Amino acid sequence: MGLIPILVFLSLSILIGLLARGKWRSWAILVVSVLSLYWLQPAIPIRHLDFWLPTLSLGLTVLVWQMIGSKNAERNRREDGITFAMIGALVFALGLTRYLGKGTFLAPTRPPNPGSIAFALLLLASLSLLITKLREKGLSLANIGAGLVLVCFILLKSQPLAEAVSRGLRVLSGQSSDLASASELQWLGFSYIAFRLLHTLRDHALDRLPPLTLREYLCYVLFFPALPAGPIDRAERFQRDLHSPASLTAKVGLEGGTRIVVGVFKKFVLADSLAYFALNAANASRVCSTAWLWIMLYAYGFRLYLDFSGYTDVAIGSGLLMGLRLPENFHQPYLKPNIAAFWNSWHITLAQWFRAYFFNPLTRTLRTAKVKLPAAAIILIGQISTMALIGLWHGIAWNFLLWGLWHGLGLFLHNRWVDMQRSHPRWFPQRLMEGHPLQVLSVFFTFHFVLLGWIPFVIPDVGQGMRLFLRLFGA
Amino acid sequence: MAKHTPSDPSEAPSAGLFLRNVILKALLLLVILNLGFAKIDPLQELGQISLYNGLFPGRLRLPFGEDFEESYNISILQLDAMFASHKISAGSKPEDEFRVLLLGDSSVWGFLLGPDQTLSAAFNAKGYMTANDKRLRFYNLGYPTMSVLKDLLLLDFAQRYKPDLVLWFITLESLPAQKQLASPLVQYNLEPVQILINRFHLGLDPNDERFVHRTFWKQTLVGQRRQLADLLRLQLLGVMWAATGIDHDVPSSYEPPQVEISDDVTFQDFQPGELSTEDLAFDVLEAGNILMEEIPVVIINVPILLASGENNPIRYNSYYPRWAYDEYRDMLGVEAAERGWTYLDLWDAVPSQMFTDSAIHYSPKGVEQVVGRLRETILRVANQVP
Repeated sequence: MGLIPILVFLSLSILIGLLARGKWRSWAILVVSVLSLYWLQPAIPIRHLDFWLPTLSLGLTVLVWQMIGSKNAERNRREDGITFAMIGALVFALGLTRYLGKGTFLAPTRPPNPGSIAFALLLLASLSLLITKLREKGLSLANIGAGLVLVCFILLKSQPLAEAVSRGLRVLSGQSSDLASASELQWLGFSYIAFRLLHTLRDHALDRLPPLTLREYLCYVLFFPALPAGPIDRAERFQRDLHSPASLTAKVGLEGGTRIVVGVFKKFVLADSLAYFALNAANASRVCSTAWLWIMLYAYGFRLYLDFSGYTDVAIGSGLLMGLRLPENFHQPYLKPNIAAFWNSWHITLAQWFRAYFFNPLTRTLRTAKVKLPAAAIILIGQISTMALIGLWHGIAWNFLLWGLWHGLGLFLHNRWVDMQRSHPRWFPQRLMEGHPLQVLSVFFTFHFVLLGWIPFVIPDVGQGMRLFLRLFGA
Repeated sequence: MAKHTPSDPSEAPSAGLFLRNVILKALLLLVILNLGFAKIDPLQELGQISLYNGLFPGRLRLPFGEDFEESYNISILQLDAMFASHKISAGSKPEDEFRVLLLGDSSVWGFLLGPDQTLSAAFNAKGYMTANDKRLRFYNLGYPTMSVLKDLLLLDFAQRYKPDLVLWFITLESLPAQKQLASPLVQYNLEPVQILINRFHLGLDPNDERFVHRTFWKQTLVGQRRQLADLLRLQLLGVMWAATGIDHDVPSSYEPPQVEISDDVTFQDFQPGELSTEDLAFDVLEAGNILMEEIPVVIINVPILLASGENNPIRYNSYYPRWAYDEYRDMLGVEAAERGWTYLDLWDAVPSQMFTDSAIHYSPKGVEQVVGRLRETILRVANQVP
């Protein structure tokens, strides 16, 4: 996301915060979010795919909403119908811009013809009706929804599969399949959309999800400031804010504005400057000395943090201007004294998501299993598998798996260390353990553990990453 | 976590006022900053601030690059910044140094060559000494655009670095008078170029419309944002220059220069027999010689590819039809003799297999050929300098 979209979002957020009251605020957020979905979508060489992918995000969100249903669906039927008709009309209107001159489409390239858009909308309406009927017959479709989202996720994140999909789509659109590439499937914000959908599907299955209207659900899943880079909010919290009688005040305006300015500075000044010499696969093999290699690795570590947390600041700031307080995603992660504390302050909402929907259920299952495993083994399995999955979320590839395992192992070792401290307090005098020098050393050690972990993250070739790792230590 | 509710009733109505104040103050600050920046016009001073030759080693050639992600280099048109990043700016000239500047186009800059493979690097590797025990140090001031006026501009700026000898590599393509103002480096540096044109009465229009004029708007912070960003980028890329020693991306393979060339007899807009002395910027070469006063300037006609294709009787290569190049060589020889220039014609000094992607770009072996041919002249001229 560049400076211009941020400026546009800032203006729209202020306008919504100042002018939109009550349900009009959620209507305004919904319209801007739907339009942003198309506006921010990167251009794709496969014909019309950059129109269909945002439409698919919308469609998938509507279908999942149908799957989770709502207890008071009857009461909201009229409003949901209006919402559905409105997003349908919006998508159709976006499609009609194909008849205006070049540069007037909100979508990145010329939209497909209205006939195919109408067909897609009809298909979505039919599927919605079918899901409603099936749900009314008592069928739980949450697992099917989760499976659908996961399949999309796997297709996107696995390079060979994404390439195969790209090839197939090129054949379908009558383009040369020789030019197919995995990088063509750039689906704006799908990773974050998927997490929100999975969270609601799971909470629905556990009967923890409050009733949500289609408008509320679409606002939550597609909330425009959080589309490109999160954070991953929780539906019930988002809904609470959406209903709060918020209006933009000077205090909140200052707080939101400051967050946006800080975020823009972090991203566009600091992170983009570090990008000139941050480590990457291309420059890693060209470096002459170990000292420079370390500098480039530091640059990468800080660039990643400043880039990501900068975007988060912009999202949180924009949310504040509209009266929605998105959850924090970073809290000085590089100043933490251990790896567990790091994961409580780095991409916080992702870590919380995995803790809630994978780690906790897994360890609970293992603890109550017939075959009794030692506590350490349960922790090891839980930490390693959770972190491996977080790694694979970034891409289904060996290097991301390695990165996940590195952190999983780190978390396990830290857990054992804490356990040892607790069981042998005499070996670890409190005064020594909480002393300033040891704390500084802990921060230093944790930071460098994380920093070295970025090597497999940034270098896709595992062999090259290993050689680089050894080079950093003079080998 | 603070809730987003108007806890203080007096707070809500002030939001619009607050927003208005923020916008007004921001606009006022923006105007003051821009006016102040335009008034002070600190770009030149900012260009002189450099991390090169301090935190990072100085670059061995002037900054030029089309893809900074691969070459860790960018094209920048501000002379102060260009020279501040160059090794020539590293401290004052040592007592035992005999300073030689190399001027020219991409063949001197070293297109498709690493910084340690260029002409200046190859000369430095020879370790030449003068008779009075001064070490000859060669500085690459080549820049990849074809214009001898651009060379004169660089030479004028480089005078402050106290050269002892200038090697000025030229070719016909960089001499047509109509091409002199086409170089972006010339167009951007309006004032020093105008001074040179007026001082030496060059046959060029000092008010040519291609010059980039610095209007008040262009001097503001907003107007200069690109130049400022480039200054910053040049410094940031210093890390990668220091870390890798790379300032130019040399691909593992490239298209060799055409051997089979067209039978077109025209040279630029000239038909056979139309090229005259007035069409070529010999006055710029003369200006360079006058500018350097007692400091010797050696003018070298650079080697070109002699393509062996079917149309060899018509053209030497894709740049030059035979008639134009032969006439140019004749004219240059006559001009050099009449004006008393030290002149060397190396037009056929490099065999065709020692060219890389064009008729004037040499491989490292080609560079060695040129160095070998120049050794005697350089040492002779250097030893004549008191």
